[in-house]
Amino acid sequence: MHFSGFRVIKEALTGHKGWKPLWRNPEPQSSYDYIIVGGGGHGLATAYYLARTFGQARIAVLEKGWLGQGNIGRNTTIIRSNYMLPGNEPFYEFSMQLWEGLEQEFNFNAMISQRGVLNLCHTDAQRDAFRRRGNAMLLAGADAELLDAAGVRAMAPFLNFDNARFPIKGGLLQRRGGTARHDGVAWGYARGADMRGVDLIQNCEVTGFRIEGGRVQGVETSRGYIGAKKVGVAVAGSTGRVMAMAGMRLPIESHVLQAFVTEGLKPVIPGVITFGAGHFYVSQSDKGGLVFGGDIDGYNSYAQRGNLPVIEDVTEGGMALMPMIGRARLLRVWGGIMDMSMDGSPIIDHTDVEGLYLNAGWCYGGFKATPASGYAFAHLLARDTPHDTAKGYRLDRFARGYVIDEKGVGAAPNLH
Amino acid sequence: MLIPHPLLGLRDAQEFTYLGDARLIDRPDGMAEGAEAAFAEYVYLRDNPAGVHRELWFHEQGDRSWLIVTRDTVTHEILGAELARNVALAANGGEA
Repeated sequence: MHFSGFRVIKEALTGHKGWKPLWRNPEPQSSYDYIIVGGGGHGLATAYYLARTFGQARIAVLEKGWLGQGNIGRNTTIIRSNYMLPGNEPFYEFSMQLWEGLEQEFNFNAMISQRGVLNLCHTDAQRDAFRRRGNAMLLAGADAELLDAAGVRAMAPFLNFDNARFPIKGGLLQRRGGTARHDGVAWGYARGADMRGVDLIQNCEVTGFRIEGGRVQGVETSRGYIGAKKVGVAVAGSTGRVMAMAGMRLPIESHVLQAFVTEGLKPVIPGVITFGAGHFYVSQSDKGGLVFGGDIDGYNSYAQRGNLPVIEDVTEGGMALMPMIGRARLLRVWGGIMDMSMDGSPIIDHTDVEGLYLNAGWCYGGFKATPASGYAFAHLLARDTPHDTAKGYRLDRFARGYVIDEKGVGAAPNLH
Repeated sequence: MLIPHPLLGLRDAQEFTYLGDARLIDRPDGMAEGAEAAFAEYVYLRDNPAGVHRELWFHEQGDRSWLIVTRDTVTHEILGAELARNVALAANGGEA
């Protein structure tokens, strides 16, 4: 089923009777070449690229609930490639390029909107750091512009420029950054994978790995044993729990991150804006709601809900930055579980168990990475070598001293 | 969350900073055989349980004591708190 404007008109004229479900709901087979554990954004993207780009067959995605029920369905939808370190920036720029062609490629409307990401700076030192980061972005082929206060004022006149403690001195703008419809991304990848023969198996929880002679043979699931030549795990906040079943301890802690959405308002915020003196990032959805977030709560959690002090902290950041939103009423506050790594950067690597691969440690920046994460993980699964842009994301980088610590806070997952 | 401080009673979790897994008080011997691998593990690897978790909280805005708090990571229920100093002393047979 190909989506097009013509198709929409045709269906409108014929009573919308030709639409079909986006994917099948198959029974699991007894074995596959590849099993991807986790039917979220990264797992679905991995299956999609395995089938489409790397031409692999006999692939299954196992999901304990329904497709896209986890962090892909509960994030603040920001896409950007404004990192600094050489281990990160080429990867995120690769992801940005995949975003730019994604909707045409998988023929699904993911509402990708390159409305710009503006990081504000409030001190001279911060401006210097942004200039450096902008240069690192340009070197990796991304776009970056350093705005002065007048430049920011022209874009977003409603900001509190004269805040006594945090005056706005300028900002680093990435015009190609923006937002995407997070569910649409999951559905597009799921549909694209299903069309290429991938079995998307929902309500199928992995309960154990069968490992013999240091090699993975398959997975035990709530729907019986399924054999596999290679198993890739992409389960975000559940990484610690799932990999413990393979006897592994990881450089990861699970933490809760809250996000917020207000009632729908007329268009007021042009792109994504982040506060440089606290932790607050906001955009406006196409429905008009302000979508925003801030820090993680800061303690290990699997609860998918947070506590009030962080809600207070985030909204205080918002009020310091743009007092005009003070009258907006919150519609929803929710929490998701983040796989916070020890250096704030992800892991895409094989493990000590032959045939078992890990994609984890996305902290609370996994959404923007979805296309490149899937692509690089599919590359690793199909060819057994890391993708060029993901060579730094090794599991042993911690012991070897090659951490990729963008924020420079050390082995403290709750500070990244 | 309210943390039942053994000396001060119920205190708001906002008065504390969080360090994580209580195993961090068992620092490996830097002079022992295999210390490098032991330290890599100590610094970077964590149990990450969904359920009961023993963890270090520092009463930074209070009496500046370190506590070991036992907490359920699924429900956020706090099951107990003890002074980390007492736990470490008991582990060393009462020697400081």
